[in-house]
Amino acid sequence: MGSRSTIHRTLGSRISSISKRTGMTSETSTLVSLHGVDVPVVRRGSGPPILVLHGGEGLVDHLPFAERISSNFELLHPTHPGFDGTPIPEHFDGLEDLTFLYLDLIDSLDLQDAILVGFSMGGWLAAEIAVMNTGRFSKLVLVDSVGIKPGGPFERDISDVFALSTEELEKATWHDRSLAPNVSDMTDDELQNVASNKIAHGLYTWEPYMHNPKLRYRLHRIDIPTLLVWGENDGIVTPGYGAALRDLISGARLSVIPEAGHHPHVEQPAEFAARFLEFVSD
Amino acid sequence: MRAWFFTEDAYPYLPDADSYESIRVNLPNKHFDPATGADLYNMYLDMWCAADEMGLNIMNNEHHQTATCMVPAAPIMLGILARETKNARLLILGNPVANRSQPVRVAEEMALIDVLSKGRLECGFVRGVPYETAPANVFPYRGTEKLWEAHDLIMKAWTTHDGPFNFEGRWFHARQVNIWPRPYQQPHPPVWVTMGSAGSAAQVAQRGHIGGVFLAGYPKIRTVFDGYRQGYLDTHGSDAPIDRLAYCALIHVGKTEKEGLEGAEKLLWYMSSNKVPPQFSNPPGYHSPAMAAAMMRGNNSGTGLPTSTNLAEQMARGNVFAGTPDQVYDQIKNFYDYCGGFGNLMMMSQAGFMTFDETLASMKLFSEEVYPRLKELTAGYDAGEMQEIKAALPDVENVDVSDLASEFVR
Repeated sequence: MGSRSTIHRTLGSRISSISKRTGMTSETSTLVSLHGVDVPVVRRGSGPPILVLHGGEGLVDHLPFAERISSNFELLHPTHPGFDGTPIPEHFDGLEDLTFLYLDLIDSLDLQDAILVGFSMGGWLAAEIAVMNTGRFSKLVLVDSVGIKPGGPFERDISDVFALSTEELEKATWHDRSLAPNVSDMTDDELQNVASNKIAHGLYTWEPYMHNPKLRYRLHRIDIPTLLVWGENDGIVTPGYGAALRDLISGARLSVIPEAGHHPHVEQPAEFAARFLEFVSD
Repeated sequence: MRAWFFTEDAYPYLPDADSYESIRVNLPNKHFDPATGADLYNMYLDMWCAADEMGLNIMNNEHHQTATCMVPAAPIMLGILARETKNARLLILGNPVANRSQPVRVAEEMALIDVLSKGRLECGFVRGVPYETAPANVFPYRGTEKLWEAHDLIMKAWTTHDGPFNFEGRWFHARQVNIWPRPYQQPHPPVWVTMGSAGSAAQVAQRGHIGGVFLAGYPKIRTVFDGYRQGYLDTHGSDAPIDRLAYCALIHVGKTEKEGLEGAEKLLWYMSSNKVPPQFSNPPGYHSPAMAAAMMRGNNSGTGLPTSTNLAEQMARGNVFAGTPDQVYDQIKNFYDYCGGFGNLMMMSQAGFMTFDETLASMKLFSEEVYPRLKELTAGYDAGEMQEIKAALPDVENVDVSDLASEFVR
């Protein structure tokens, strides 16, 4: 197992890379420095680029679905500041900070014809990026995404994940609750990571809760093929929410996966990868 | 020594605790009977008025969406007391300014109370306990920064008398600040801020405000008070006056030891009733990741959950002072010597089902038989001498810090 470091300079950003070979696909960890904010980016596999934006639970690049996808594509997976032990920049207050950071990141990586994928909060982020400019992207995939508020003020469109008991949260999140992470299986470091991730998740989503009231008036700007993938039993944002989001994006399609909750890519990785690959290869 | 009578104004008539998830945040208010509530509000106001008549000072606070404290707007109660009382100093500890969106409104409310009471207000600012996050809909991350920004704006609002000024901070914006009325006390009412660590104490000390510590007990009190004294010395170049430090404990004085301890058992309602689930005691951003992780593991130090409702244990920790007047004085004196002295004693003197008569009997014994001795004790305070007394007392065997401590600290 070898490793090497290189430094590139692109558009005022600094990129340093460490490559390692894990399992079947090669994986490169890159630290992209964007005006004082360092963003770790994992690159995995080779082929057309897919930019993967994770949700509030943290990184997804290690999951089986990612392994499957990276056999045909190059998966680029940045860590949102505050997640996985990275610091929250002093000036960060909400998701808009992440949106602008990633506009810089996308320029810095010089993405062309990339596929943009976001999970949950990452789906919201992907939509915010897409309404700014789809020029570097060919397709958009939103998985059990948040970001809009379809109902009135008294309707709870998105479960208040910060106010649910562990049991209620597991029920809302998973079709098969046995897949829920178990605190007693975690090391202290892993648990502290979970706690840090929760803080970052709160920072990006607290108020207005998990949505941008303006986004619905901007989604018409998305002019690339868009697929929404949803777990049939998602109790955080239901397939009905997915349908409302779909209706705001021109030509978007909603694909509902049975026997899956908020994380269909975890509960049904083969089915998820199949639907994803079918869409992006189309 | 100044003593402050304090009750959190509980609504104790609740169904079996097994029938609800939490006493805070989501306990349905169908369990609050307005007629009973009216009686309780009046009883609590009568207690505070009795404190005034006995020569004690008054302290109140606020919490939200909880049966542990029926007062969601402390300034309203204090406004009543400004009119109903004659001599007592009126301490609000405090205004949860990290959770309130308009610091200027807080400055106005406090100025009104100060004027109405002819300069008897003592104004506290707090970050608020973790369970206040959900009712306030406020993300608790950087709460301390918010507290100090609100503080700076309020201080400026109180002390500016020549027309509007501008404030555009990170958290708060007010472009035409010019409050009416201005405070009665000049340049401003005494300010209190709660503190729970050496670091937070130093921030209070730098500003010269009174630092209040809740139930830190023997295990933590030296760290916090030492942090304050050092911070004060570093900033002001002189020893911190003893009136800058305040400690809050549960206190019950009886004619006999048995009566004192029985009363203290009733005060422990605050610990025994405080049933709060993790999603409210550990919201993201309130605690550090390390502490939040420990709490997720089930280690509840710092959560506010009742790890001990054992009276002997709480007394050994210095959280409860109870017994006869002599015993209570000795317990306070011992704690006072151990921590290097403090000039304000906040007395949690009523809780749960403790009746009006029981509360007043204890207050009367305190004010007649304990308070004069405490005043004498602090009148002879000498910083150097006090530090020698403190140094002669070894650190007490560290007891696990119960959640209780942190719950009230912030």
